[in-house]
Amino acid sequence: MRHDHLITSKQLSRADIETVLDHAAEIDADRSAVADKYSDRLLGLLFFEPSTRTKLSFETAMKRLGGDVIDMGSVDSSSVTKGESLADTIRVIEGYADALVLRHPKQGAATMASEFVDVPLVNAGDGAGHHPTQTMLDLYTIRENAGLDDLTIGIMGDLKYGRTVHSLAYALTKFDAQQHFISPDSLALPREVVYDLHQEGASIREHDGLEEVLPSLDVLYVTRIQRERFPDENEYQKVAGEYQIGPDSLSSASDDLTIMHPLPRVDEIAPEVDDTEYAAYFEQAHNGVPVRMALLDLLLGDSDD
Amino acid sequence: MTNDERKNGAHHDSNESGETDDYGTGHAHDHELRVSKIHNGTVIDHVRSGQALNVLAVLGIDGSEGEEISIGMNVPSDRFARKDIIKVEDRELSQDEVDVLTLIAPDATINIVREYEVVEKSRVDRPDVVEGVLSCSNSGCITTGDEPVTSKFDVLEDAVRCAYCETIFREDIPALIDT
Ligand SMILES: [Zn+2]
Repeated sequence: MRHDHLITSKQLSRADIETVLDHAAEIDADRSAVADKYSDRLLGLLFFEPSTRTKLSFETAMKRLGGDVIDMGSVDSSSVTKGESLADTIRVIEGYADALVLRHPKQGAATMASEFVDVPLVNAGDGAGHHPTQTMLDLYTIRENAGLDDLTIGIMGDLKYGRTVHSLAYALTKFDAQQHFISPDSLALPREVVYDLHQEGASIREHDGLEEVLPSLDVLYVTRIQRERFPDENEYQKVAGEYQIGPDSLSSASDDLTIMHPLPRVDEIAPEVDDTEYAAYFEQAHNGVPVRMALLDLLLGDSDD
Repeated sequence: MTNDERKNGAHHDSNESGETDDYGTGHAHDHELRVSKIHNGTVIDHVRSGQALNVLAVLGIDGSEGEEISIGMNVPSDRFARKDIIKVEDRELSQDEVDVLTLIAPDATINIVREYEVVEKSRVDRPDVVEGVLSCSNSGCITTGDEPVTSKFDVLEDAVRCAYCETIFREDIPALIDT
């Protein structure tokens, strides 16, 4: 892999993805090999919207590599509220850090930011756009549990605004995967994403209910349907209720089904599912650390050349 | 140099139409006469029916500088059932203007007329990318804030796509044009 930045999963080939996943597996098996590798390096964290979880995962990954982080802090206390442009902020922080992680509410923020900096930049989410490190840990979890070849996956919930879904769906086109998309009409995949998937020759089908596809699935990836996407509470309750998973809704599932969720969840997966063999979402969250360690190692290592 | 040589010598390579429209004097077809002949300037032909006013808006041509403009709308055409045609006196289009034009009038032919003769005739070639001429209308796009960034769109077969937020615009392209 030779990339200066990680902006979208679209930029990655199958070989790139496998390089990251293989390296993550090596690190997962033996963390000591990289434990002090970046003791003199700083990772700059620029989170323009709150995401404690993703930030902690990056911070843990960098510290496990022997490095440290500098954190721009919360949006309220930063210069953002004083109206400084992202382009200015990022050029200032670039001078302090060896690599940058950016989370920003606007789509395309990471693409734009990467045009202003020379240090490696990792997109940790740009509005409804991309979240490639989430995708890498999703792929890692799928590979560990079900394998990435000859995969049948159902992706369910908010497919319209869910950036994790878009990034994952795109990355899966590099593998032999049949993708089923399950959502209410109003939250179906945007035409941009369908266009991209078709461009890649992906095998995709869209459904409005889980029942018909559940028995064929190796992996069910559930995402949260947010209250604010609906004009009124009743409509939300009615729709969201149809896309919730409980022990009862899984009766026709294969024994080998793996259930994933990017977390945090609200009530789209009942707690009773947590103790079943299906549940892989906590393991998925934990995988964020070795996967991000692998990515940072590849990006920072490259910058030495 | 004869008129023929002058015309042929100036033909643009990308002229694939093979048509022999004459926008000056001479052997104009009947329907060509519905709008006035021009002395010097540009004739934009084979504009999709109904798009003539959008084309003028895009080019910022509104007659305020005293230029003479003729517009034919829903004129019978060999290539389409109906087309629009625009003639502007004393104005030759720049490459930037042609680029923008391709987005809303992809089949258009541009004819530069000097002394009543077509000296250059070209089908417009769609660029792969247009920079700075459109602005993204997705309010969630980073380019809509106060960032020092030039808009950039990839040109697809029948649409354009913001290079930053990746939104695809199809029918609504004229609304994106920077004015
Ligand atoms: Zn945009």
